[in-house]
Amino acid sequence: MSAITRDEVAHLARLSRLALTDDELDHYATQLDAIIEAVAKVREVAAEDVPPSSHALPLTNVFRADEVRQSLTPEQALSGAPAVEDDRFQVPRILGEEA
Amino acid sequence: MSLIRKTAAELGSMIAAGEVSAVEVAEAHLDRMAEVEPKVKAFLHVDREVTLEQARAVDARIKAGENLGPLAGVPIAHKDIFTTRDMPTTAGSKILEGWRPPYDATVTARLREAGLVFLGKTNLDEFAMGSSTENSAYHPTHNPWDLTKVPGGSSGGSSAAVAAYEAPLSTGTDTGGSIRQPAAVTGIVGMKPTYGGSSRYGLIAFASSLDTPGPFARTVLDAALLHEAFSGHDAMDSTSIDAPVPSVVEAAKNPDISGMRIGVVKEFSGEGYQSGVLARYNEAVKLLEALGATVVEVSCPSFTTALPAYYLIAPSECSSNLARFDAMRYGLRVGDDGTRSAEEVMALTRAAGFGPEVKRRIMLGTYALSSGYYDAYYGQAQKVRTVIARDFEAAYQQVDVLVSPTTPTTAFSLGERTDDPIAMYLADLCTIPSNLAGNAAMSVPCGLADEDGLPVGLQIMAPVLADDRCYRVGAAVEKALESRWGGPLLKEAPSL
Repeated sequence: MSAITRDEVAHLARLSRLALTDDELDHYATQLDAIIEAVAKVREVAAEDVPPSSHALPLTNVFRADEVRQSLTPEQALSGAPAVEDDRFQVPRILGEEA
Repeated sequence: MSLIRKTAAELGSMIAAGEVSAVEVAEAHLDRMAEVEPKVKAFLHVDREVTLEQARAVDARIKAGENLGPLAGVPIAHKDIFTTRDMPTTAGSKILEGWRPPYDATVTARLREAGLVFLGKTNLDEFAMGSSTENSAYHPTHNPWDLTKVPGGSSGGSSAAVAAYEAPLSTGTDTGGSIRQPAAVTGIVGMKPTYGGSSRYGLIAFASSLDTPGPFARTVLDAALLHEAFSGHDAMDSTSIDAPVPSVVEAAKNPDISGMRIGVVKEFSGEGYQSGVLARYNEAVKLLEALGATVVEVSCPSFTTALPAYYLIAPSECSSNLARFDAMRYGLRVGDDGTRSAEEVMALTRAAGFGPEVKRRIMLGTYALSSGYYDAYYGQAQKVRTVIARDFEAAYQQVDVLVSPTTPTTAFSLGERTDDPIAMYLADLCTIPSNLAGNAAMSVPCGLADEDGLPVGLQIMAPVLADDRCYRVGAAVEKALESRWGGPLLKEAPSL
């Protein structure tokens, strides 16, 4: 039995905002199936009583001083934008036609 | 001896003494690049005028009596994953083609402050995901030892540039081995500092709990000088460690390891390892003993599950980090014809802008984090991460450092593993545990494999903030082997 189906890969692509072609979906379904089978080895480690580590260092709630300082100008912030209008990022419509 | 064969320490001294200018040193390296780049292809971006302008500015600062430190005027190749104000930054991806960042990474800024001169931005696997630099969206880089072989990855442009004498120094980032593995397969020194020892601010994120900037050089001392130049606490990176930088330069200058306790990792040997790699590695272990260290075998059973744990943790973090490439504020935008929604434009842009390995990892991470699979995959991988850290802690109760081969094989051929992601992932088998535990680790050259004449690396691993131990052991190995070889290993490399 495969670890992941083609339909599941199509769902992952949608969640990941990747517009993949049918050929790509076939290709990735095969590869992801093999990779998931390989990484499933972690499930063999007896670690029920072990706490998870999200990070290597024991750091919590690191803050820096709340000071006003220089930041990017609007020109700098917009310098890499695909489209700009009136000192703002211009984006495609974000609401449906019916909205 | 020509300027390009000098070490960074030598060049820094010569520039400081006024024997040569930063401009002359930069020109010598730019000329070398013009000569060998058509074969090596280590760089993604070179701008001779920008480099010479930086060199002129450094010469002026030195002339004005500014005290810039030991690397002032020394040129460096910079991995194209650090943001740079005056050069494009692409992370090896089409989604950032032509992007000019509005700010400098902390590593970039500190190198500028110390008077280093940027020769250009080096090639990498897209977003640092890969072990061969073949995942670059632009072109592969070639190993200077054999142009049909990979230079390792993801920092393969940086390793190739230093091995090909295009630059005395370069920067890299190491998430699962991306500095140590390329250093090993190109016969140079590469160091992954303790996680949090060098700043991630302005480093384009792949897996934030693992990404660590570090140095490449042809000598252990040069690597230490560069390490010191850009490391240390940075308030702009909340995971940066607020502690003094370990005294790495001092350690590199004092290669005395008598009385040191060194552990040989039992799990990183045997089946799957190339015989020539094991031969050089076993000789290096004997050498450590001859130099006065006590060598014992240490077992770290969990290390065999580090690779699968890494390929759940790193893709999970990447799927989250790369969500920022949404076609809205910077980078590529595809399909915005006035009829499509933002979400459609986003999906078309990401499909066009990301390469296959990045897409694979984003989907794998999305899978590992999705409800129903989270506990079994991502949650379990995080527990394995704890077990690995505990194995390291237990080992460091017995020994000061651990050693292993850096990689199971020497450089493989271009194209050999591109269709087999799992075979590609095996290149990082020995390097990943140190990333998961946040430890310091170095690769130092230890000879050439008999069967293919390609470089082999010795990995030296040390506890958090004990980076100096890697330099001490690395310098001891370097000194002893160079006296045996009658010079550095790179003198065996073919001329390009």
